[in-house]
Amino acid sequence: MRRQLEGSRAVAEAVARCRPEVVCAYPISPQTHIIEAIGAMVRTGAIERCEFVNVESEFAAMSVSIGASAAGARAYTATASQGLLYMSEAVYNAAGLGLPIVMTLANRALGAPINIWNDHSDAMAVRDSGWIQLFAEDNQEAVDLHIQAFRLAEELSLPVMVCMDGFILTHAMEEVDLPDQDQVDDFLPAYSPRQVLDPADPLSIGAMVGPEAYTEVRYLAHLRQLDALEAIPRIGAGFAAAFGRDSGGLVHPYRTEGADTVLVAMGSVLGTIKDVVDDLRDADIPVGVVGITAFRPFPFEAVRAACQGAERIVVVEKAFSLGFGGVLSSDVAMAGAAPQHLVHSVVAGLGGRPITKAAIADLIGRARAGELGSLSFLDLDEDLIAGELGRMAAERRSGPIAENLLRDLAGAPRRPRQTGRA
Amino acid sequence: MIPVPTPVRFYQVGSFAVGNRLLDPDQRTVQADTARTNSLDSGHRACQGCGEALGARYVLDAAMRAAEDKVIAVNATGCLEVFSTPYPESSWRLAWIHSLFGNAPAVATGVAAAMRAKGRDDVRVVAQGGDGGTVDIGFGTLSGMFERNDDVLYVCYDNEAYMNTGVQRSGATPPAARTATTEAVGPAPGNAFGQGKDLPRIAMAHEISYVATATVADLHDLEAKTIRAMAHRGARYLHVLVPCPLGWGAASKDTIRLARLAKETGIFPVFEAEHGEVVSVAKIRHKAPVVEYLQAQRRYAHLFKGDHSDVIDQLQALAEANIARYGLLEPTSAEAPEVVED
Amino acid sequence: MEHPFAITLEVGTSHANRTGTWRVERPVYVDRLPPCNDACPAGENIQRWLYHAESGDYEAAWRQLVEENPLPAIMGRICYHPCETACNRAQVDEAVGINAVERFLGDLAIEKGFGFDAQTRETGRRVLVVGAGPSGLAASYHLRRLGHRVDLVDSAAKPGGMMRYGIPAYRLPRAVLDAEIERIFALGVQWIPNHRVEDVVAEREAGGYDAAYLAVGAQLGRRIEIPAGDSARIVDALSLLRSVEEDRPVLLGRRVAVYGGGNTAMDAARTARRLGATETVIVYRRTDKEMPAEREELDQALTEGITTRWLSTVDSFEGDHLVIEKVVLEDGKVVPTGEFEQLPADALVLALGQDSDLSVVEGAEHIAVRHGVVEVGPSMMTGEVGIFAGGDAVPSARTATVAIGHAKRAARAIDAYLAGGTRLAPERHGLASLERLNTWYYDDAPRSRRPELAAARRVDTFAEVVGGLNEDTALFEARRCLSCGNCFECDNCFGVCPDNAVVKLTDRETQAAGGRRYAFNYDYCKGCGICVEECPCGAIDLVPEAN
Repeated sequence: MRRQLEGSRAVAEAVARCRPEVVCAYPISPQTHIIEAIGAMVRTGAIERCEFVNVESEFAAMSVSIGASAAGARAYTATASQGLLYMSEAVYNAAGLGLPIVMTLANRALGAPINIWNDHSDAMAVRDSGWIQLFAEDNQEAVDLHIQAFRLAEELSLPVMVCMDGFILTHAMEEVDLPDQDQVDDFLPAYSPRQVLDPADPLSIGAMVGPEAYTEVRYLAHLRQLDALEAIPRIGAGFAAAFGRDSGGLVHPYRTEGADTVLVAMGSVLGTIKDVVDDLRDADIPVGVVGITAFRPFPFEAVRAACQGAERIVVVEKAFSLGFGGVLSSDVAMAGAAPQHLVHSVVAGLGGRPITKAAIADLIGRARAGELGSLSFLDLDEDLIAGELGRMAAERRSGPIAENLLRDLAGAPRRPRQTGRA
Repeated sequence: MIPVPTPVRFYQVGSFAVGNRLLDPDQRTVQADTARTNSLDSGHRACQGCGEALGARYVLDAAMRAAEDKVIAVNATGCLEVFSTPYPESSWRLAWIHSLFGNAPAVATGVAAAMRAKGRDDVRVVAQGGDGGTVDIGFGTLSGMFERNDDVLYVCYDNEAYMNTGVQRSGATPPAARTATTEAVGPAPGNAFGQGKDLPRIAMAHEISYVATATVADLHDLEAKTIRAMAHRGARYLHVLVPCPLGWGAASKDTIRLARLAKETGIFPVFEAEHGEVVSVAKIRHKAPVVEYLQAQRRYAHLFKGDHSDVIDQLQALAEANIARYGLLEPTSAEAPEVVED
Repeated sequence: MEHPFAITLEVGTSHANRTGTWRVERPVYVDRLPPCNDACPAGENIQRWLYHAESGDYEAAWRQLVEENPLPAIMGRICYHPCETACNRAQVDEAVGINAVERFLGDLAIEKGFGFDAQTRETGRRVLVVGAGPSGLAASYHLRRLGHRVDLVDSAAKPGGMMRYGIPAYRLPRAVLDAEIERIFALGVQWIPNHRVEDVVAEREAGGYDAAYLAVGAQLGRRIEIPAGDSARIVDALSLLRSVEEDRPVLLGRRVAVYGGGNTAMDAARTARRLGATETVIVYRRTDKEMPAEREELDQALTEGITTRWLSTVDSFEGDHLVIEKVVLEDGKVVPTGEFEQLPADALVLALGQDSDLSVVEGAEHIAVRHGVVEVGPSMMTGEVGIFAGGDAVPSARTATVAIGHAKRAARAIDAYLAGGTRLAPERHGLASLERLNTWYYDDAPRSRRPELAAARRVDTFAEVVGGLNEDTALFEARRCLSCGNCFECDNCFGVCPDNAVVKLTDRETQAAGGRRYAFNYDYCKGCGICVEECPCGAIDLVPEAN
């Protein structure tokens, strides 16, 4: 059934059709609309046999999910940004314990400075946690990935994080095809845990493991992640067969045939990039784009195959590792689809800054002209940076950077220093 | 001679020893039963004389009996977790999970929610942790669990410091006690004076249906409280004093004796509360001075080198304040059957 | 189900970890000698019979008791219970009323008609027992139960010795005395009254006895010369008591002085009071602190209106008054002051101690007599092989309880002698001192009091003064026992072990372990010592590991 829905609402409806048994969350923008909607559905009975637990922190939210999942319940939660960091200890723990929790991450920047808008810094911060991380390109895919996520998680006994761009997707009204309950029931069997807390068959879950076996435990967890590289496309194909549309999978190549320049990106920015690619292809400029759906486990082979033949790769990424550079681009470089010096990392859209078609087109132009360095920042306001660097060089107590920059942007004079002699 | 139908109480060990051949089986403790669960079984790696190992078995065995063996235990990180489940051996004999240091109450909430979702109201959830996991790092999740009134019995085994990491101060460390982070040096040796976090009273402030304190020195009391706690639904809190020979600098054989002294001095008030109100207290039977309790522990040894009588007086004053607050010394009537005149 | 590797474990797998290797000291169960048993002259296993009484199994308690002492109803009245003086509970609150429980058991046995277990063998050997006092009766009992034939002879018409002729009925009702003696006779003891043995060696030979036990007692009242007028009435206490028992008239008058500070003096004074003496006074050369009489006997006398005159010696008796000399004590010695007083009196009763009539051994060349008593060895045998002696006629404290203890020891020695050997006394365990106990576990329980006859009703009756416990109070009292030094199955060790290293045995295993209800599992015991510290009765020791 196709409906015009806010992204959060669509995801909530999808999760509801997955028949979660315990939903626990702590509110944080831009995740709130999802859990509000699920909470209401639990109250009305639209979701049956489900407990909705309001908790005092994201740490508790993930912990409640751990308990519920270990006790054999299908568990779901959602968070974003600071919330993810606050629960990060439990995020690692859920993966270590092999609990098939599904979590929506409404991607949002990390403070300080506090910023509620979209980027992928939060997801990148827990990329080593052992969770499967899937990125949705649009709201339809967000809906579809959640349904696949439960199946994937429960098949592998691994938690799955479905990442969708905060506000850009969560708060966007789009037409979405919501699957019927019967369809979902057919696709997603009841949860049959690999192990469960059961008084009738007691186990001790969560032992301390020392040097003698810790490496093996981690290696086995790694193998389990690699299993997902086979499972994700298989489940995606199964989904396509059942629901009649392609969703999920490891990567989404778009018009890459014969492309000399391939862009790589994750999430909603792919829509903008595809528009630019279409425009450039219309002008006979051979460019394409590869959307990465599965960021963890990282699909090296699929990426390499999708980028095959490109002379250069431009990775547009909404996060970076300070003092290092692009995260996604270094992963792509490792895939070996192009020589490392021809994998360009472009950091874009941080803290919600719009990524325009013009900027993308300009980027591609510069890349094809050989003018793009290995790391660049899209639309970086050089004047603003120069001004602040100048102030910092001039005096040690130059004042708070964010405030100074905002003042510069507003064109206001700098506040005089309050310290020092009159 | 006229037979007088006086109910004869068992005075030889009354209600204090673990069991007795003369007591009805249902008046004996769970621990007296050879069919007890031994929820925490032999081969665990707790130190000699570990109060926590004892307390955990006492509580869980009683909970298992109350729940007809349908208990899921959630454990915070700490000594109890480490000494019970080092790969490849587990000492537990019930369904048990350890997740993290500060999240046991929330994990327990999750287990309880799962059971409710599945309609399994016969399965009961017990969460447990040490004082650090309870009053410090797990305090937020614990308070949340209380406030939501989730159907969980939380048990704190309080040994008054972070013993697992080498005896560092916790929010439950008593004043003047030496720990590795409150060394017995400087002008005010040992831990700072203050009330610490009195978690039983904080729990009572949540007005949850049942809060109790107990020690490993009075098994009947501890088991009765566990069983009473299990009869309630919703959030419940049991705070059990478990002396630590290592951290307290005490002889391993003195674990129970020290717990007894903590109660008999008034340093550790033993009581139970329902819906935020104290409903009963365990009276002091033979009041002992606090100094007797302190002298048996090396963590207080600095108080007996040089003149620290003012500090000892302050500690005695804390005990007296407890005695006054909870009425620990009200007289109980001595009982003996009347003797008939012929 | 295949569980995740390493972080999920099977329950109970830590049994593979034998923590017993950590141990440097190991707990061991021990039996210690309880102070009551240690102090009992009759060698009763008091703690053990209390153990049965605690469960309300009074018959088992009584049977345990009579293994050592066949006269519990009597001893529950007249024993001065050194067991209670020694009782550890005396230091906690008050001693356990052992004597009262013993009497309760004895009385119950009479009421219910319990009989002794029959002897399981007949040896055909014959033993002569001379004297039917407590020692002779007890010896007859033990010898019969050992299967020997016993002829019990006494010069008196009735058996009981000093229990009948020296102890007033208000302390020991004759029905009780008769019942317990009758029960012994029912074992097949041949009772020969009114028979005075002149020469034990000759009598043994003439009668063809394999052995003999002399228990002739001490019934000769000591006399001293007291200048007295012709009309002065002076009697000795034993004669007085015997006359009362035999219903012969005694003329004492209204004012009676009793001279002496022993239990017999108390008996005489209280008897005089009951015979109508309204002014009865005890004259003693020392004070109540030094007097040999039991404190409770004095207290009873005082309650009955008897007065005392301490630090006084009787100088002469002038018919209607005594002349008394005041004395002082200097370093425990009585020193006359030369100061005299008159004390009005119609009669003077002398209670200055007793001697044994040892004419029975005068002809026996191997039997030595020193200081008026017969010399015996550790097995109670005299110098004459096969002739044993005990009770008041041998060197020891002269109480019925001691006499009964002698009888038991002698009977077992006679048994060994008849079998051609000698009996070795079993090794005694170390004492279970109070310091070994953890008294916190014992509930506070004040002692039960035995009811007493109102003082006003005592002066004209020989009715029994001190009543007995009822079933409730007896049970209460029995359960006050701390079971010092011996396991009483409180389960504490089983419960307090942090390592579950104490095993509670099944009935069958208990039997195999010699009655021990618990065992240590040294595979897991870390040797922390909590079980030792928390054992209420001190029945566990911590000993160093061998290596």
